[in-house]
Amino acid sequence: MRSARTVIIWGLIAAIGAGALGRVALSRGESINAAWLLTAAICTYLVGYRFYARFIATKIFALDDDRATPAVRKSDGHDFVPTNRWVVFGHHFAAIAGPGPLVGPTLAAQFGYLPGALWIVIGVVLGGAVQDFVILCSSVRRDGRSLGQMAKDEIGPVAGITALVAVLGIMIVLISVLALVVVNALKASPWGTVTISLTVPIAMFMGVYLRYLRPDKVLEASAMGILMLGGALWAGQWVAANPALAPLFTLTGPTLALLIMAYGFAASVLPVWLLLAPRDYLSAFVKIGVVVALAVGILVVLPPLSMPAVTQFVDGTGPVFSGKVFPFVFITIACGAISGFHALIASGTTPKLLARETDAKLIGYGAMLTESLVAIMALIAACVLTPGVYFAINAPVAALGTTAESAALAVQQWGFVLQPGEMDALARSVGESSLLSRTGGAPSLAVGMAHLFDRALGGGGMALWYHFAIMFEALFILTTLDAGTRVGRFMLQDLGGQLWPRFREVTWQPAVWMASAIFVALWGYFLYQGVTDPLGGINSLWPLFGMANQLLAAVALCVGTTVIIRMGKARYAWATLLPLCWLLVVVLTAGWQKLFSADPRIGFLAHADRFSALHAAGTLPPGVPSLDALPRMVFNDRLDAAVAAFFLVSVLVIVVESVRVWLGVLAGRRPTASTEVPAQSVTLFAAD
Amino acid sequence: MGTVRKWIIVCRTIIGVPDYDRYVRHMQVRHPGAPVMARAEFARARLEARYSRPGSRCC
Repeated sequence: MRSARTVIIWGLIAAIGAGALGRVALSRGESINAAWLLTAAICTYLVGYRFYARFIATKIFALDDDRATPAVRKSDGHDFVPTNRWVVFGHHFAAIAGPGPLVGPTLAAQFGYLPGALWIVIGVVLGGAVQDFVILCSSVRRDGRSLGQMAKDEIGPVAGITALVAVLGIMIVLISVLALVVVNALKASPWGTVTISLTVPIAMFMGVYLRYLRPDKVLEASAMGILMLGGALWAGQWVAANPALAPLFTLTGPTLALLIMAYGFAASVLPVWLLLAPRDYLSAFVKIGVVVALAVGILVVLPPLSMPAVTQFVDGTGPVFSGKVFPFVFITIACGAISGFHALIASGTTPKLLARETDAKLIGYGAMLTESLVAIMALIAACVLTPGVYFAINAPVAALGTTAESAALAVQQWGFVLQPGEMDALARSVGESSLLSRTGGAPSLAVGMAHLFDRALGGGGMALWYHFAIMFEALFILTTLDAGTRVGRFMLQDLGGQLWPRFREVTWQPAVWMASAIFVALWGYFLYQGVTDPLGGINSLWPLFGMANQLLAAVALCVGTTVIIRMGKARYAWATLLPLCWLLVVVLTAGWQKLFSADPRIGFLAHADRFSALHAAGTLPPGVPSLDALPRMVFNDRLDAAVAAFFLVSVLVIVVESVRVWLGVLAGRRPTASTEVPAQSVTLFAAD
Repeated sequence: MGTVRKWIIVCRTIIGVPDYDRYVRHMQVRHPGAPVMARAEFARARLEARYSRPGSRCC
């Protein structure tokens, strides 16, 4: 009886999902409601979780609750602690969710909602969630070992070192592009600038409170911090309305870029209790709160999607970023569909908390499905805007010009409706001086969210909600930026220590300061390059970031495939090989085009050639302030090309190394000795 | 254990802060007689450990 009921229920879920997906995919001409997209996504996730995740759990890893997890075997009361699976789920989700799944789908909305939505939903079920789940299982079976260590153990030292250097390169690109998003969101916005600046003293207050006044009262301090964030929002509004103070906080892009670099440096050298840790706490709570609020907003309002299913920009002429829908939608949306960074988390703290092996399904596969849902919601929030408004916010100055009239004209030429006064009215309603060419995704997402929150929850009106959304996006990003700078500093100290052992000492201040300064300079250079780029910087940096993230995912999938083959489950290795092959096709195609495309809007080298020709001829391209700026831009193009080439070579090295190992193991030339910790029954270990 | 206390532990674990009482219980059960850190000392030691290994952060 029960099995018959199960068949009927799952048959229904699958049918509803397929119906909704069909409605989303086939609707043309009329605007469809966001509910269809949500239904299609959620039903697909349910089916994927019930069938595919279970297949991986039982057939590939044979997860076994009698087999002791690291948390049980090495229980120490602090690092290795068997923890309730829903709590681990919350922890893991808070660690993997960041600005990535919000910004990527917003940018990819230039193709219409359909390409992004399909990639998010299908990519996560067959790729991203599989990657997170497989790496989590592999790490749990190896005492919580990290991705880098597993790459070295499973594939070999060359792959291990390549992965390490690639991670460092990825961090640099990641931090610079995220910082660029913040700069573009705060440019000429005294309200936003004041609110975000105040989050620093708020975190410091929490740090001092936790260190000296009430040690360990983390929730108390966080509650106060969250109240103060509300105060910061209000203070920002007050300053923006004050004619004497507002100009002081109306900053240009380059100034903001330098301030953010100073902040990253400070976060890296100051003690963690003062700035980094309290910011982490605040950010985790705000993150979960905002995700829930966004879900409530969308469910209450159920907005129609104003963006068409597919726009004409799938042909590669899009103003937000250049390149055809294949391969660029798969590069632009990394987090939310598949994100290599998650492999670092899934082989970090999470495997040390799992109480039972079977919990890995909910945490590895389930948390990634949830992040994917966040990406779908971000896509909905971006598509709530009319296409005219969306492109006016997200297209760079070079495409729109600098006035409301030129922007309206440009948008109308693309075939969308925008009245010259519309953007001014919108900017006024959210308390900004202008919303034209605020590239990076954050402002348009904030406008979309403000629409939803205002309609669903009421409250302070559009302006307050807009700045609330900007505040939390910046809070996320700065938390990634400061922790990332610190991690980068550690990695640099570790590398430098090979040549000069003293450089590695984390207590020796000169080394700490030097390594921090070098790392900040590295990402700061790319940030500054992006801020001063007339094409907005996102156009060149976001694809690099996407490629880097997908490269890391390819490394993780190589490790996963090797683990599966070494387990003697080669007949199921297609589960990781399938997404790996797709990623390779995507990354190699995108990398090739970014390097060698003859179209200067896509190819870095073609762009460099065009600008050096213009420099030689003495012609000034639109948006470039002076002829002297051209040689620097040519150099930057070539630098970006070198970075893309480095990522491509890294991915090829790791794939070739992996394939050699796979063939060796399959042909019996290599030992199949398992690197797993031998199975031990949970009954051997006393519970705490 | 009261419901409020349970939720406090849930919230703390989600942001990655381990529970002191649990650590004390662990020491009493597994390592009786061994020195046990005071609450503030434990909090500092965990914070130090958490940020001294180059963990990672997602985008």
